[in-house]
Amino acid sequence: MAYRMVCLMKQVPDTRNITADVLREDGTVNRQALPAVVNPDDLFALEMALDVKDKYGGEITVMSMGPPAAIEVLRDAMSRGADHAILLTDKKFAGADTLATSHVLESAIRKNGPFNLIFCGRQAIDGDTAQVGPQVAEKLDIPQVTFAEAIEFLDQDDIVIRRAIEGGFERIRGRIPLLVTVTNAAANPRPPSIKRKMFWKKAQTRSSVQSEEEGEMLERGLLIPVWGLAEVGCAAEICGFQGSETWIKNVENVKLTAHEPKSFDTSETGIKELINELINEHII
Amino acid sequence: MENGVWVFIESDSGTIADVSLELLWKGRELADQLRCELGCFIIGHQVSDAASDLIAYGADMVCVADHAQLVHYLTLPYTRIAVELIKEYRPSIVLIGATSTGRDLAPRIASHMRTGLTADCTDLQIGEYKFGKRIWKELLWQIRPAFGGNVIATIVTPETKPQMATVREGVFRQPDADPAREGTVVDLKPTLTEQDLIFKIVERVKAEKKVNLKSARIIVAGGMGVGSKDNFELVRELAGVLGGEVGATRAAVDAGFVDHERQIGQTGVTVRPNLYVACGISGAIQHRAGMQESSRIIAINTDSDAPIFSVAHYGITGDLNEVIPRMIKAYKEKD
Ligand SMILES: Cc1cc2nc3c(=O)[nH]c(=O)nc-3n(C[C@H](O)[C@H](O)[C@H](O)COP(=O)(O)OP(=O)(O)OC[C@H]3O[C@@H](n4cnc5c(N)ncnc54)[C@H](O)[C@@H]3O)c2cc1C
Ligand SMILES: Nc1ncnc2c1ncn2[C@@H]1O[C@H](COP(=O)(O)O)[C@@H](O)[C@H]1O
Repeated sequence: MAYRMVCLMKQVPDTRNITADVLREDGTVNRQALPAVVNPDDLFALEMALDVKDKYGGEITVMSMGPPAAIEVLRDAMSRGADHAILLTDKKFAGADTLATSHVLESAIRKNGPFNLIFCGRQAIDGDTAQVGPQVAEKLDIPQVTFAEAIEFLDQDDIVIRRAIEGGFERIRGRIPLLVTVTNAAANPRPPSIKRKMFWKKAQTRSSVQSEEEGEMLERGLLIPVWGLAEVGCAAEICGFQGSETWIKNVENVKLTAHEPKSFDTSETGIKELINELINEHII
Repeated sequence: MENGVWVFIESDSGTIADVSLELLWKGRELADQLRCELGCFIIGHQVSDAASDLIAYGADMVCVADHAQLVHYLTLPYTRIAVELIKEYRPSIVLIGATSTGRDLAPRIASHMRTGLTADCTDLQIGEYKFGKRIWKELLWQIRPAFGGNVIATIVTPETKPQMATVREGVFRQPDADPAREGTVVDLKPTLTEQDLIFKIVERVKAEKKVNLKSARIIVAGGMGVGSKDNFELVRELAGVLGGEVGATRAAVDAGFVDHERQIGQTGVTVRPNLYVACGISGAIQHRAGMQESSRIIAINTDSDAPIFSVAHYGITGDLNEVIPRMIKAYKEKD
């Protein structure tokens, strides 16, 4: 059986890389200054999909909702072996919380479906919420297995998945269609093939190419489809900022008070003083 | 029970999860402020005994869904039962622990109810919200560090019910049991459909929780400044000598220096030990959220401007590779 698969991937600011140069003077992060990367867990999700494709055959469609720059995620996924890519972009999608995001993703998946397997990353590092996957599954009215580490068996409709739980794991058996969220304990993502990478580097969205190039780009398969509100076919009220039910009341800067800790120098005597003080105060 | 505050109670082999009790403590406070009832629901097998405990811990009403097939968490039947309860009793607030179970269940419920959900809150309060000419009184303020330097965001869900939030273990304290408290127990006697049981657990391997950071008196934590998995041995050694537990930042966990269960912070465990030694940790707000209430904090960092110094009581500006061995030596030489 050849499986029809979707992999949902997100572009995120690399929060693993918050160094002093991206901090503003008031201590807030200049998000623009952080490099944009593919959300790390999503590469593990794509790898799981590619593994199913290698073993049993199938086709993978990668979808990403985000600004036009998110095309980079799709180029990356195509270079690693995905078959189709769709960029979900619209001004109306902006400012979405996880609920509004899941509406758009659900509609896009339905529009292109039916699918047997949908893969997401466990969580996106910009918010660590891990909500979008289960929210999409509920909307599609299909089961989900979260925190998956491996698909251990797949045959027609039957599937066995190993998933992480606190302090251990579970083997869970069920049926597809199914949405799976994948952790970084799963098989390591394969690198993009150089050849494919060179090719997909040139991929563009229709709006970003000159009209005279369009024909050739299309012929070579280098035009990545862009779906906005109309193509996705989702009501504007449930997308983006408008469709978000969590509202930010206020954001407060935490002023670190100029509190001076008692300091000790790194010499043996300095450290001894500290240890003695801790002992005298019965802290250790 | 309409408009009450509700807590999802997670249990394993009849033992109630700590985080669920901590949510009952907070839930009680919120319910009192809102002058409403505190309800909770527990799904599992042989969990009926827990009901009286839950009342002693502060619940006014406990809904029990007991069924042999529900002994371990399964997404579909747990979601269905939770959603049916929410539709029947219409709580205005639902709180869920941010465990692997809670993180599977909460978004599924929120998606079904088409309501907002805020993950990993570090505080919950009741307050009003104004937007233009509109005022909502008594909303749930869902407070958490926002992505960005030192920012805390307050999030509200004004237009839909229930208002939902998840919270990690350790953020709130455990309630004291009062066996004299009274409340109602509703036995749901669930019937399960074939569709509910489309997924089955065929094997489950769960080690007893090895580390209990929450109750450790001393924690020695390492961050990216430790440099490598091998070098983390230094942190372990100091913890061993002082009789404490090892903790870490998310960055150190992501880099594979230590296991995830040792992560401290907004998306890890919140701890309040007597002594917290922060080695090579910058002190990002998400980390501070999980340790700044420690009684004494020692910061060891090469960068004297690192934010960790602002929450520390003792500071050493220097290389942990020199400092830690000296601390070990000084401690061993004490008389
Ligand atoms: C949604 C979200 C949730 C998060 N949740 C958490 C969480 O729960 N817990 C958490 O910890 N983080 C969390 N983070 C990540 C957090 O923002 C920081 O990125 C992280 O805490 C940084 O870890 P660190 O201090 O180890 O690393 P860094 O910030 O890289 O700091 C390393 C420090 O080591 C010092 N150093 C380097 N070499 C030495 C040496 N030889 N001796 C002494 N000092 C040295 C450096 O000066 C520096 O200050 C979260 C982030 C997001 C976006
Ligand atoms: N905008 C998006 N576009 C595509 N996939 C997304 C998007 N947001 C979230 N996802 C998927 O949902 C997972 C969990 O995201 P989150 O709930 O934000 O932690 C991610 O790892 C992605 O697989």
